[in-house]
Amino acid sequence: MTDFATISPKRMAMRRFLSHKAAVVSCVLLAVMVLAVILSPITARYGVNEQVRKPPNTFLPPQKLAWFGTDEIGRDMYSRLIYGIRISLIIGLFSALISTIVGCVIGAVAGFRGGRFDDVVMRVTDLFLAFPFLVALLVVRNTIGGIGWLTAIIGDKSSPRFVVFLLSFFGWMGVARIVRGQILALKEREFIEAARAVGATRRYIVRHHLLPNSIGPIMVALSFAVVGSIIAESTLAFFGYGPQAGDGGTSLGILVGAAKGAVQSGYWWIAVFPCFALVLISLAINFIGDALRDATDPRLDRGE
Amino acid sequence: MLRFTIRRLVWAVPTLLLVTFLVYIALRLGTDPLQSYLRANPRATKVKIEQYKSVNGLSSNYVLGYLNWLKNFVTFNWPRSIKGSREVWPALKDSLVNTVRLGSLATFVGVVIGLMVGMFAALKPGSRRDVTVNTAAFLGISIPPYITAVLFQLFFAVYWSRWFGHTLFPTSGVYPPGHTGFDLILMLKHMALPTIVVAIQVVAVYSRYMRSSLLDVMNSDFMRTARSKGISERRILFRHGVRNALIPVVTIAALDIGSIIGGLIITENIFAYPGMGMYFLSAFGTGDFPLLMPWMVIVVASTLMFNLIADVSYAFLDPRIRLD
Repeated sequence: MTDFATISPKRMAMRRFLSHKAAVVSCVLLAVMVLAVILSPITARYGVNEQVRKPPNTFLPPQKLAWFGTDEIGRDMYSRLIYGIRISLIIGLFSALISTIVGCVIGAVAGFRGGRFDDVVMRVTDLFLAFPFLVALLVVRNTIGGIGWLTAIIGDKSSPRFVVFLLSFFGWMGVARIVRGQILALKEREFIEAARAVGATRRYIVRHHLLPNSIGPIMVALSFAVVGSIIAESTLAFFGYGPQAGDGGTSLGILVGAAKGAVQSGYWWIAVFPCFALVLISLAINFIGDALRDATDPRLDRGE
Repeated sequence: MLRFTIRRLVWAVPTLLLVTFLVYIALRLGTDPLQSYLRANPRATKVKIEQYKSVNGLSSNYVLGYLNWLKNFVTFNWPRSIKGSREVWPALKDSLVNTVRLGSLATFVGVVIGLMVGMFAALKPGSRRDVTVNTAAFLGISIPPYITAVLFQLFFAVYWSRWFGHTLFPTSGVYPPGHTGFDLILMLKHMALPTIVVAIQVVAVYSRYMRSSLLDVMNSDFMRTARSKGISERRILFRHGVRNALIPVVTIAALDIGSIIGGLIITENIFAYPGMGMYFLSAFGTGDFPLLMPWMVIVVASTLMFNLIADVSYAFLDPRIRLD
């Protein structure tokens, strides 16, 4: 017990995180997935558009030639799954990162400044939330996709970069709310007052006191943003509005979307493997987020 | 209390106007109504085009155009759809009825089960059943609804009939093709799978709310007081615990009901259920401005209305909150 009292908060958080078994397993699982995706030249057995053998090769059930079976034009589902996970993870990570950074900046400024700016930001957030998420995504997708100079930078409607931009556009509100709340709570604490008393600038206080002290909730928000983006991307792709990375490129959403038609004919492998992969990813990241919350929330001292 | 409600109601009108104006702009930029009209009617005369533009409020000035559209909308002088030149309201009404039916059934089933499960878990925090409920809820939240829907389809449309030789639950529509008239049993059978898909999410979310809310209440001082007065455990739980724990849950439920009208797009699409989601997707696919605008107004209005109900009900249920 005595040495427990002397370890740093960081070590304590780390220890708590490691005691969350599901999260540790999830980390390992995600690491394996990321590795498999990075090493896709080795791990994928066929090219993204390559057929496993000469026809007849369509809708082969899982077998040695194609571990997860083949799709309607004889492509290997296992290899396509790896390419699909790659795109989905990239889109999920980048849009989560961008929206978290944007959300942090906006939330921090709104919470610290208060006043008119705060009001406006919160009203805009409410406004965004008045629309069904998918509807807002689709309408704004078309609106942004029509702006010429913007599509020159972020690519046209079906490029992965565009999807990242679109998801970031809608992702920042949640983080902004969390950071704002956190900053509002921290702002009145004594150590901020002390910093102000010794003449720290507002910028310094936000960057060196307020944001570092909100890092726990931000990390949690980030991890949930990754899941949110991956699911949002796959929902878009499911309806045919997602990234269509050219040349038969694929994503988890495209694969699950293709399953919608195939299941009616009983080709279970087309549906089961992509769905399973998506659920695994979503579960793993959710577990990690949950463990992060437990680990970084000082109020949740469970007396270990 | 009453003043607060009236003030919010009065504020709701400009909010609704602002939001519909934004929707109007977004749809004009996003779907290009004129282009979709020309695509559907390539040989339309100048007069026809001008007429289409004027009934839909599509003048080049957005503010004037919006006001024009608003006038037509409020006087119920709705323009006909681009595709098939049909009246908009009958189709919209049918979709609305279908979605409200599915949404309310799923929400009701989900909330009731969710609350019971959450309560069940909160009674013994940390026990095995608590952990089981938590894990199950976690799974329910992590699995996107369309995955459940696709797997259900696979199982019920293909394997059930293959293994058992009959169809238990149909996987598309409200009635079989060609069916006319009202048949409750048949309808419920068609609604079973989409309802379950939606309800799974609702159960998962509400069991978590209920659990944490009830745990909060159970640890509060007035519960200890009640206990020390010698009130029976049962009475403490229901009269003091559950009633107080329900306050935040009711508020969240009101918010969710408001969002359900436009929020079942995925499930409806997969089960070919002719509700608001299907209506939106088909109208959006062809860029049918006359169909889309009223849809948006209904969806946004319901969200805003239930936001209001949530705020007011919160204050109404919890006397500690002072609004005026």
